[in-house]
Amino acid sequence: MLSYITRRLAIAIPTLLILVVFSYLIMYAAPGGPFDMERTLPPEVMANLNAKYGLDQPLIVQMWNYVYNVVVHFDFGPSFMYKDQTVNDIIAQGFPVTLTYGFWSFVVAVVVGMSLGITAAIYHNSWLDYLAVGISIGAQVLPNFVMAPILVLVFTLWLGWLPGGGWQGGQWEYIIMPVIALSTSFMASIARLTRSSMLEVLNANYIRTARAKGLPMRRVIFRHALKPALLPVVSYLGPAFVAMITGSVVVDMYFSTGGIGVFFVNSALNRDYSVIMGITILTGALTILFNLAVDIIYAWIDPKIRY
Amino acid sequence: MALLEIKDLTVKFETNDGIVSAVNGVSFNVSEGDTLAIVGESGSGKSQTAFAAIGLLARNGHATGSVKWDGQEILNLPEAKLNRIRADEIAMIFQDPMTSLNPFLKVSDQMEEVLTLHRGMSRREARAECVRMLDAVRIPDAAARITMYPHEFSGGMRQRIMIAMSLLCRPRLIIADEPTTALDVTVQAQIMDLLKDIREEFNTAMILITHDLGIVAGACERTMVMYGGRIMERGTTEEIFASPTHPYTNGLLDAVPRLDRKEDTLPTIPGEPPDMLKGFIGCPFEPRCPLAEERCKTEPPSLERLSETRVRACHRSPEEVA
Repeated sequence: MLSYITRRLAIAIPTLLILVVFSYLIMYAAPGGPFDMERTLPPEVMANLNAKYGLDQPLIVQMWNYVYNVVVHFDFGPSFMYKDQTVNDIIAQGFPVTLTYGFWSFVVAVVVGMSLGITAAIYHNSWLDYLAVGISIGAQVLPNFVMAPILVLVFTLWLGWLPGGGWQGGQWEYIIMPVIALSTSFMASIARLTRSSMLEVLNANYIRTARAKGLPMRRVIFRHALKPALLPVVSYLGPAFVAMITGSVVVDMYFSTGGIGVFFVNSALNRDYSVIMGITILTGALTILFNLAVDIIYAWIDPKIRY
Repeated sequence: MALLEIKDLTVKFETNDGIVSAVNGVSFNVSEGDTLAIVGESGSGKSQTAFAAIGLLARNGHATGSVKWDGQEILNLPEAKLNRIRADEIAMIFQDPMTSLNPFLKVSDQMEEVLTLHRGMSRREARAECVRMLDAVRIPDAAARITMYPHEFSGGMRQRIMIAMSLLCRPRLIIADEPTTALDVTVQAQIMDLLKDIREEFNTAMILITHDLGIVAGACERTMVMYGGRIMERGTTEEIFASPTHPYTNGLLDAVPRLDRKEDTLPTIPGEPPDMLKGFIGCPFEPRCPLAEERCKTEPPSLERLSETRVRACHRSPEEVA
């Protein structure tokens, strides 16, 4: 197991390097640059700016310098847009925010989603099943850019219970609405996955054996059916967790939470190369890490999987 | 008094294509220490008869009629009440040992829960008893191997584990649903021997459900032949083998490979098993029956009693069939 984890982490390094190279090439190929404004700058100014940020160098040199700084100094460079901030600053400020509301969104999505899915499967084809399926389809089709303003309208403007935006160091009343807006669609996916895989497992021969042994339904479900039913859900949870903790541009914009979700989109629009690269590498590294976590959980659930 | 008394059992399934009548008015008894084989092709309703008796039908299945266990009506009893009988008094052994044991739980976990639940044993007592039972079904090195997972055993070993698990509470009846179908021939013989030994040792009654007449002869005193969810014929195993009185039994017996006949191809029963969606007006076997006549199409033959041990359902007389 330990050697497997070490091996997987070792593979992560070339994977990340490939990610860097490709993202860099794609950004380079995209037309425009960080200093292209509506009002064109004089060519001398442009040349100076490009020289200052090293954009006048050949591509291979730029890429080498970038990788060198990231690996040796853990320095993701300065932002091209926000003149007084480095990428490290932006991530250090924004990531704790998205990590907080992303983590709670994950908890809500998993707890509510799995409960809905399991209930629906146990009471298959009853009104409880239809209710649970109805809720999850509703949650799935309601986009969060529709949900967010409705939440603000109801809880801030009508009821006056929650602040309409801001973060305030992550006090709970500022977290609630971002969490609802972000977790809903993930919750729906988890509910539907759990339901269908639970239904399949409940038809398995070993469940019939468990029932033939006279075990109460509760024990059949939680001891015999839950683990196998969760396998397909777990493989979805890794990427879902990364997607949640790296935030959402909709949540960051509607609730002014200041997470990295909004920086990611803005940086792409502004050709803010270093910020794009920084957040891409962060997301990539997290994806690799949590896919590994999923594989480890897999081995823990399924005794047939041994590394 | 009969241990298990089944009367007019009918099982219907609601499917997307319509209602399937899997079992149509089946009646039989099993008494203490009795051994009954239920024989028939797939789709003859033999397994569903057993599943209905202890409430293990699929969700879309519904059973009517009467099933009495020890004089008590148990058909369609609430799950909680059935759970007291399951494994404790009526145990089941299933067809495919590869999928009938939970692949995610250790053998010890799956066996011990039977005893902690029905007998209120501590886990230590339960473990000791489970190891004893695995020894009894001849699993080598049981004390060490009990903590392994099902996939670490061979198919035959897994079926031994299933048998050991079914015996834990010393049930009065074991229902073995095609216990050897998924195993290769040499292992089949071992498992059948084991079942026989165990049955004699614990004096357990057994219902053996199978499509293989070859394993019935040595294992069961009585045999019941089913087709299309109905009883075709029932008698002592000797009677059924020596003097079948139903064309379907004839067909089944002809299809058993024999060493004393020189044949290049094994005889089969022409046609296909019935489409249970359609239902029947007359005898379900009529379309494939070599002796069918006009009334077989329109009139279902009723069960007639030939002797104390023997019943049959056919319009033609026993002499005509033989």
